Formats: sequence, structure tokens, C-alpha cells
Amino acid sequence: MANKVYKDAKSALDGLLKDGQMLMCGGFGLVGIPDKLIHAVRDSGVKNLTCVSNNAGIDGHGLGLLLENGQVKKMISSYVGENKTFAQLYLAGKLEIEFNPQGTLAERVRAGGAGIPAFYTKTGVGTQVAEGKETKTFDGEEYVMERGLFGDIALVKAWKGDKSGNLVFRKAARNFNPMMATAAKVCVAEVEELVEVGQLNPDHIHTPAVYVKRIFCGAPYDKKIEQRTVRKA
Amino acid sequence: MAWTRDQMAARAAKELKDGFYVNLGIGIPTLVSNYVPENVDITLQSENGMLGVGPFPFDNEVDPDVINAGKQTVTEVKGTSYFSSADSFAMIRGGHIDLSILGAMEVAENGDLANWMIPGKMVKGMGGAMDLVAGVKRIVVVMEHTNKAGESKILKKCALPLTGTQCVDMIISDLCVFTLERGKPGLKLIELAPGVTLEDVTAKTEAKFTSGL
Repeated sequence: MANKVYKDAKSALDGLLKDGQMLMCGGFGLVGIPDKLIHAVRDSGVKNLTCVSNNAGIDGHGLGLLLENGQVKKMISSYVGENKTFAQLYLAGKLEIEFNPQGTLAERVRAGGAGIPAFYTKTGVGTQVAEGKETKTFDGEEYVMERGLFGDIALVKAWKGDKSGNLVFRKAARNFNPMMATAAKVCVAEVEELVEVGQLNPDHIHTPAVYVKRIFCGAPYDKKIEQRTVRKA
Repeated sequence: MAWTRDQMAARAAKELKDGFYVNLGIGIPTLVSNYVPENVDITLQSENGMLGVGPFPFDNEVDPDVINAGKQTVTEVKGTSYFSSADSFAMIRGGHIDLSILGAMEVAENGDLANWMIPGKMVKGMGGAMDLVAGVKRIVVVMEHTNKAGESKILKKCALPLTGTQCVDMIISDLCVFTLERGKPGLKLIELAPGVTLEDVTAKTEAKFTSGL
């Protein structure tokens, strides 16, 4: 079996990154983001990237690192409100943004990975989102056509992975990761724990190995919390 | 006396029915979970991929991987499930969620809703709001009746970019409750906050409404 295992983020991205690529990034807020891979992309210095990601990180974390470093040309996202650098770059005309409704974004990525070039949804009908797009009526209701998305490199983060590339996500850190893993020419996965083939329960695998071309263990992780909300004991 | 934020949330909680799967927006809608009536058992859905959302954690049980769509740390309940964002919005868009309670900047008398952007100011994005209003069976809006300048936020026609068209079923403001019927223009006033009069509501509402008091 071909080796998919790399020692770290830098080696896992070796030879893959080029200026102008479309990167598909998992994560919601800072949960489940491919933190080590994003750092390695920053260090690589590649530019003019299009990043497909639900959010844009926060200042100093997640995709915020690439924004601050001037590496991103365009974001395709549903919500970027947590990132102040984003606002400055956007208002200065240094960054393009394409807002997609969150469910439409998730489905565009899922469709792109599943070989479906376009689909119809009722989300966004009658709003700015539908402007300039084809619409069609099914059973008396209007739908708007949205295109599938397929990028150059998918960057995903999982909880456990085996050396063949099977992935298991943890709790709400799953979010966009499974779809992103399917929707690029090459998917690179970072995991908290890398185990031998056969050690994951086949019934519990969320992303089958076929999608993952390269994998490495990124531990240890210092997981950031955006809004620590607690109740009193 | 107009309703406070908590009283608006408590009023919205009366719309919860036993067995409902519910998505709550950020702000006042989040407070609704504090007022779930006794003998009503609901399951909260969070669009980042969690069904069965519990209260905020105690300090020693915070898990960075367990958050709601507002990125706040939350807890699991018995029977919680996690799933991908695509599955989450299949649930929402596919009409499997019974009720969504969310905030608004403007609502029009035909049920149009605007709550995601103000042109010229920084734009944050719509997140999951457009999918929720398009797919969830029933949409309840909880909002202040007027803006800071005292102008009606319940309008003949929305001025801001829309989140969805003809999608609102009920408005709970700090002054009153309106119901709407999809496909039929016009609001119906069904309830006043204590001490608020029909004249107060008329003076502060641009949209046409009929009184069902």
C-alpha cells in the first residue's frame, strides 16, 4: 500500500502548494480547523489563494493567519464576523468575499466532492444570493441553482485517523470537515491521534480512506475557545 | 410596560410544543431555552452539527469541541447526536425542524425578513439564517418593535437586503405579538404586553395590521 503518512504539516504539504490555488478548509469557528496545516501554508508564503471555509478564523488564529499575511485573494464563506483583519482588508479593497448561506456552502462542497456540478435549493430565493442565478419552479415552488465546489487542496482536521487515511471526527469538530475532505484533488488530514490500520472500528469511520491522500499526527493540540460560556455551580 | 428581553423570550417559549425539534438564533432567542414550559420536552438543534444541545457547562466540564452555532461552549444531553454541516442543513432545508426562533432587523407585512446585512457598513455574512427561514416549518421572530431612533422595524416593505421572502409566521416584539399567514399580506395583532395599548402599537408600527384582540 502506498505510504500516506507524513511526519508533520510541512512535509505533508511538500510539493502541493502553488500560488492561486483553491483551498478547502474544514472547521466551524475555531472548532475542528486544520490548525497545523494553516500554519504550514502561512510559512510556505503561497499567495492569491481562494479559501473555501465557513468562517475566516479570528485575529491570530485559523485562516486569520493567512489573511494577516496577505496570502488570500478571495474567501467563500457564510460568516466572517469574528475577524477584524478581515473587515480592514475587505474595506480597503484587498480581499474579495463571496457570501454563501451556510447550508448552501455545505451542499456546494458536498456536491462538488460527489461529482454533482449543480443543484437546486430554495435557500436564498428572492434575495441577493439568487441574483444572476438560474431559477426553476418545481411543484409550484421556486428554487435557485447553485454550483458544486471542487478545489485544489482540502485541509481537514480529525480526531483519530489510521495510517491508510480513515478518519473519525470528535463531537462538534466534525462540521465541514467530511465534505471538504471529498472536494479537492488532494486531501491532507491532520489528526490528534494516528493509529495502525485495523485499530478503528469500521462502523465508526466518518471519512473513508479513499478521500485522504496524506495524513499526519499534529498532536499536541491547544484548542482555543472563542466564547467560553459557563453556568455557576 | 413593554416586555423586557427575558419576558419576550418567555413569551416565545409558549410557542414550544412537546416533542418539537427547535433551532434558536443568537441573542434573545437563546434565552428561550430558560423558559421551556413544564411538561414540554423539546430538542435543540444547532446548525454547526449537534442535535440535543444542553445548557452551558460548569467550569470544570468545558469541552472546546462542544459548541453551539454562536461558538459558545455548551453541553450534551442524553441522546445527543453529532453530524456534518451538510447533514445539519439537510435537516433544516428538508423541513425536519419544527420551529426556529430568531432575531430581525426588519420584518415586512408580507412576511419578508431582513436580518443579515446593512449596506455600506461591515458585512458579516448570513451564516445559516437564509437556510433556516427557507426550510424550517415555522419561523418566530423576536425583536425590538422600533430602532434606536424610535422608528418602526415592522414595515410595509423591508429596506434592507432580505434574508428570506414571506417566511415569518409570528413576530414577538417588546410591545405585542403579531401573527402572519404565509401567502396572505397583513399582520394580525393577537396580544399586547401589559400596559401597552392598541394606540401605542398603531403609533409605532408602519406595517398594516388588523386587531384580533
